[in-house]
Amino acid sequence: MADLRINLAGIPAPNPFWLASAPPTNTGYQVQRAFEAGWGGAVWKTLGDPIINTSSRFAAVHFNGQRVAGFNNIELITDRPLEVNLKEIYETKKRFPNHALVVSLMVEPKREKWHEIVKRVEAVGVDGLELNFGCPHGMAERGMGSASGQQPDLVEKQTMWAKEAAQTPVIVKLTPNITDITVVARHAVMGGADAISLINTINSLAGVDIHTWNTVPHVGGKGAHGGYCGPAVKPIALSMVAECAKDRAIGVPISGIGGISSWQDAVEFMLMGASGVQICTAAMHHGFRIVEEMIDGLNNYLDEKGIASVMELTGQAVSRYSTWGELDLNYRVVARINDETCIACNKCHIACEDTSHQCIDMLTDEGGRRYLKVREEDCVGCNLCSIVCPVDGAIDMVEVSGGQASMSWNEMQQAIVRANAGDDTASTTGKEAV
Amino acid sequence: MDHERTTMRLTREAFAANFAETEQGLTRRSAMEESNRCLYCYDAPCIKACPTGINVPSFIKRIATDNLKGAAAAIMDANPVGASCSRVCPTEELCEGACVLNDASEPIRIGLLQRYATDWAINGGATLFQAGVSNGRRTAVIGGGPAGLSAARELARSGFAVTVFEAKPLAGGLDTYGIVSFRLPQHVSLWEVEQVRKLGVDIRTGVSVGSDIAVSELIEQYDAVVLAVGMGQVPSLGIEGEALEGVYDAIRFVEATKTGELPLPLKGARVAVIGAGNTAIDAATCSVRLGADNVKMVYRRTKDEMTAYAFEYEFAKRDGVEFSWLTAPVRIVGNADGKVTHLECVRMALTGDVGKDGRALTMPVEGSEFLLPVDAVILAIGQSRRLELIEQLGITHNRGVVIVDEETRRTSHPMIYAAGDVAFGAGQGEAMVVSAAEQGKRAARAIERHFAAKPRSEAI
Repeated sequence: MADLRINLAGIPAPNPFWLASAPPTNTGYQVQRAFEAGWGGAVWKTLGDPIINTSSRFAAVHFNGQRVAGFNNIELITDRPLEVNLKEIYETKKRFPNHALVVSLMVEPKREKWHEIVKRVEAVGVDGLELNFGCPHGMAERGMGSASGQQPDLVEKQTMWAKEAAQTPVIVKLTPNITDITVVARHAVMGGADAISLINTINSLAGVDIHTWNTVPHVGGKGAHGGYCGPAVKPIALSMVAECAKDRAIGVPISGIGGISSWQDAVEFMLMGASGVQICTAAMHHGFRIVEEMIDGLNNYLDEKGIASVMELTGQAVSRYSTWGELDLNYRVVARINDETCIACNKCHIACEDTSHQCIDMLTDEGGRRYLKVREEDCVGCNLCSIVCPVDGAIDMVEVSGGQASMSWNEMQQAIVRANAGDDTASTTGKEAV
Repeated sequence: MDHERTTMRLTREAFAANFAETEQGLTRRSAMEESNRCLYCYDAPCIKACPTGINVPSFIKRIATDNLKGAAAAIMDANPVGASCSRVCPTEELCEGACVLNDASEPIRIGLLQRYATDWAINGGATLFQAGVSNGRRTAVIGGGPAGLSAARELARSGFAVTVFEAKPLAGGLDTYGIVSFRLPQHVSLWEVEQVRKLGVDIRTGVSVGSDIAVSELIEQYDAVVLAVGMGQVPSLGIEGEALEGVYDAIRFVEATKTGELPLPLKGARVAVIGAGNTAIDAATCSVRLGADNVKMVYRRTKDEMTAYAFEYEFAKRDGVEFSWLTAPVRIVGNADGKVTHLECVRMALTGDVGKDGRALTMPVEGSEFLLPVDAVILAIGQSRRLELIEQLGITHNRGVVIVDEETRRTSHPMIYAAGDVAFGAGQGEAMVVSAAEQGKRAARAIERHFAAKPRSEAI
């Protein structure tokens, strides 16, 4: 049994699986149920000045018969009185002293507002605070959430205000609805953030009903953009986490969020720099019990890899996430089709023929049996065939040694500069000679 | 010796319940799951395995993307009796047998998806095709079964005026009269007939070519003739007692369960079915559903030589049908009232030799005769040929099997084409409904080419 405990910027938790600030953490009843089910922590649904939520609120994107490939919501922060939330937070923390209980906050960008809410929340006993600078809908129209999260100076200033009053660690939750998330992350750190969490949801319109022409979802025939999350956003979130993790000017722990649906997803986020993860859509899709599968899978993975503590995963793959300019242009893989495993659906052939490099031939052998073969000299190793192949092991991407030394684009440019510099010297010398 | 039994008729309600379609079809959810499971293969083997070449991946993708009209049109375009075929095709020997997923998990249930799409068209009353612009040519189709309907539909779509002559009161042939209701309800076949009729095809039922209308008249009045009359009744076995009450011809027997007649009085009966082909299985499973106490299939060879599909054999076994292999009928015994009481049989033994058809030869075991107490005997030993009509038409045949060019379906007469069971046998063709449909299409195509007709109209 591996040690699943984590410590995120001074906030300890029995495991890395936290519920993100969202509908599942709306009440004490829910958070306590979640802790009973095994969740290691929870970020309480954002507290702030009272608002009213709409009906309806959620929509999902289904793909090829599978439900909830992506999830969209237009629900805002808590619509319950602050006193009620604080009372339930107090009760929850008292019942579950060893679980991480963080409270999400969002107020107007005013110093006294931040001081007031931080003090009131910390007074009931919490493990940390998360500043919601990410919610892209509704609150943003009032200058809060992602509207302030898109202004690096405002993020820095508000973080500073919260830190002025805070006794517990402050996590700044970032919006992905921005060109370069590392800029905002750096400003959060400059403002004193103890950790960052990302990503919040992505601006989205889940769909249009092709029969009624209403937006999906709609509120009485009218819609507004929502926040997109769920499995579909995972690659976007993962890249943003990785960008932040490798930025030395950021350098604070990361709570990874965005489409995490399984223990494997959690491992990926941790390898790319997260100290823990936050989850919402998977719980909304399956209920709190899904965490049992995540804990069990993670534990077995760590045991199988001989890793004693889950914290050892954090950041292990960050150094491998480089830039295109550092990639070895002489590295080469080619596709190889395994006849034994191939079921002859020909999807690789048509994908390659129509949309890649026309190097998979459909052939017939002497016995009349049809088979597929890659012309390796024409294969660029793009992976497309192995991606569309429905059978594991039917197409291998095989490393072929070209016998050439590694050479990246950056190295090549440097070599050219060096060569030109040599030429320049030569020509200059020549000129001088003239 | 067993006592003679009094057998009864089922009530209409019990009959309707027993003959209701066995397979329930896919729910919307299972259709979505199954259609999304399809890999959408390129150059897919299921297309090649379908005698009519239905673009299976295409129609399945259309189901997955909520385009049931498009799915039904893709099916019916390639196969004018595609709704019936979704129920009667031996799919594991055709499309599903060729599915690449056989090697990886489970084949796609193509037949059930095809049924899902065509059921949508049937229930929604969709019109999928329209007649082509008239080219002034007239064609006659003799026989309104799958092959005839298929030819008629295609000819109408390419602008020919088409008249179908059907001897029975309803068109649809085997699909309407010969396939057991619990596999293929009659309304499905009649919907297909209606689709053809809606293209302006004149379907004249109750008209027998050769007796009600002279062959010469057809040849004079039409530019081309498609012969698609199938086969006839079950031939005589040539044993004593075939005329006794309680002896049935399997074809007529199945037909009687489909025409709304009173159910045959087999409740409580002991039934012997002679033969082991698909029709014999149908007769046996119908007998079970008519309330028979015991149904035995009597076959002079072994399980290895039986011509019924494996799934039919399994179906019969699940129905409790018993199989008496290596048993040949000798004579049918009746009582003073002319009613069947026994089937006398003889045990057979394999000679160890193989006949011209590649099947093991058998010979009777001397002195092994025995009496089987039965209340009904059903003969299912093949079907007779339409020799008289074929001779009237003056076309070349091999013991009643009309000889055709495989590709054009043209007979020895330049304006007569043949499709379906009339040209099946003696090593030529296939007996499946789907093959008949393809042959009808080929005949139509050859006629179109002959008259340089315009291409067929597109699906609506």
